[in-house]
Amino acid sequence: MKIVVCVKQVPDSAAAVTVQDGQISWGDAPLVINPWDEYAVEAALQTAADHGGKVIALGMGAEDDREAIKHALAMGCKEAIQVSDSALSDVDGLGAAKALAAAIQKIGDVDLVFFGKQAIDSDTGILPAMVARTLGWPALTLIAAIDEVGETIKVQRGTEEGRQMVTSKLPAVVSITKDYGEPRYPSFMGIRKAARAKVPVWKLGDLGIEAPAAVVSWPDVINPPAREIVNEIIEGETPQEIAEKLAEKIMAEKVL
Amino acid sequence: MSDKIWVFIDQFKGVALPASWEALGAGKTLGEVTALVLGAGVDGIAQEAFHYGADHVLVADSDLLADYRPEPYAGLLSKLAADASPDVIFFPTTTRGRELAAMLAVDLNTGVLVDVTALEQTDDGIIATRPIYAGKLLAKVQCSASPQIITTRGRAFPKPEADPSRSGTPETVDVAISDDEILTEVTGYAETEGGVSLADAAVIVSGGRGVSNNPKLEPPADLSDEEQEKWRAQQGFKLVNDLAELLGAAVGASRAAVDAGYIPYAHQVGQTGKVVSPDLYIACGISGAIQHLAGMRTSKTIVAINKDPDAPIFKLARFGVVGDLYDILPPLTEALKAQLGK
Repeated sequence: MKIVVCVKQVPDSAAAVTVQDGQISWGDAPLVINPWDEYAVEAALQTAADHGGKVIALGMGAEDDREAIKHALAMGCKEAIQVSDSALSDVDGLGAAKALAAAIQKIGDVDLVFFGKQAIDSDTGILPAMVARTLGWPALTLIAAIDEVGETIKVQRGTEEGRQMVTSKLPAVVSITKDYGEPRYPSFMGIRKAARAKVPVWKLGDLGIEAPAAVVSWPDVINPPAREIVNEIIEGETPQEIAEKLAEKIMAEKVL
Repeated sequence: MSDKIWVFIDQFKGVALPASWEALGAGKTLGEVTALVLGAGVDGIAQEAFHYGADHVLVADSDLLADYRPEPYAGLLSKLAADASPDVIFFPTTTRGRELAAMLAVDLNTGVLVDVTALEQTDDGIIATRPIYAGKLLAKVQCSASPQIITTRGRAFPKPEADPSRSGTPETVDVAISDDEILTEVTGYAETEGGVSLADAAVIVSGGRGVSNNPKLEPPADLSDEEQEKWRAQQGFKLVNDLAELLGAAVGASRAAVDAGYIPYAHQVGQTGKVVSPDLYIACGISGAIQHLAGMRTSKTIVAINKDPDAPIFKLARFGVVGDLYDILPPLTEALKAQLGK
């Protein structure tokens, strides 16, 4: 079984992200693998362990955006590939999907492609379904559990109403949620291996596609308007008294 | 105002999700709206769409559409859009809406403006606002291709008033789904019992690490340390649940509480959970890590109950109580019960 897991490098979720002089800044916060992608790597590695086969980590970004790929390798992925091309610097969702789909086709004979549910920077969550559609493969998004993998794959999809049990043909694209289970920590050996790994860089020419024209543009990014919040600490002699005061205050806000 | 506006109405087993009507309301701000209702036995929703302000309704009713599956749904929507060339297609940002919007964009070679919270009609076309980095920043986004596909964030746009006297005749569309569009089979459902979904909730009561922190409680002695901690957390979440039930609220949680195994992930609020914006958010025993604050900072009124007076959550709180949630929640539930006359 040949499995690809797509990973992205993002600023740490604890970063205070701001716009300064029109540029997005996350201060000195570290760049890390997108937290949701860790669950995808875990699902990919477990699927490979249960059914045989290898996992290839696929990244996209600047040539030296290596944190996500290094982490995936350190967790246990056998190989990694980075798609990188200056023509992709302003890429939108559709363009990214076309480039990733082309890379997956170039890898060849892939049975399953894993994604995290979304990236915590751009927060769009559309890439898994877009890549599936571009490849003409089923999209199994927001998967909480994988029950069986064989000729077909049986999964549990998280929806607003609970879970939907789905059986799908392979090859397929799967996006994984936190319900899948805790991702493993990279081992010491894994970290050493990842540091030494040679990661080929594929340019658009290697993928045999033209630079996709971005149709979604971001004319502006702003800091959210500061909220004027009057903080009021409710005090009292007893919890009873505090609770009654607080209840009155909440009622006066007319939010119930 | 001559734009052709379509709105996809997301539904499950014949019941429309409230976010669908909010998307319809957002569409109405741009012009005449055609609502798209796909499913099996969805005539009622078609009429509801008229009540909520749709000018036209297209219905695709077929057993083949009874279970939501992305490929046939997207295939049908693509065909309809290719024939009628709408200018804008709205989806609610639900699990199904987001996925369909993405697939439709591939089929129609266009872009998606995802999870938008505001729309502006300018001389250069529609400019949408969408939160990025879980709302730490706001991006203005634009789509130069047609149709423009937009998904609206739940509770960001007002739900229109339903007017039951408004009615109309929906147009039925042909459901021609070919075998090669059937790539998946739905074999069953495990629906969550009761409970209010975080995304739609007008009120959320959340618990954090502090829910397990009541030294007065004596857990059963035969439990392991870890089980004792979970037992303590359950006692705390009972109080959170009692208040939530009274208020018809959804139950939320911090990442710390989810990671400690106190409550399932579906309840997590924050950058790696759900981003919410209720009218009232009551944070109990949550200190307010930046990634949690990012997920609830746009709530209208925030109430924080925490033992630590320096907890960052107090900076966002309209009302704060420096105290133990175990002491405060039971009388608060009683006091609100009395206030609400329940």
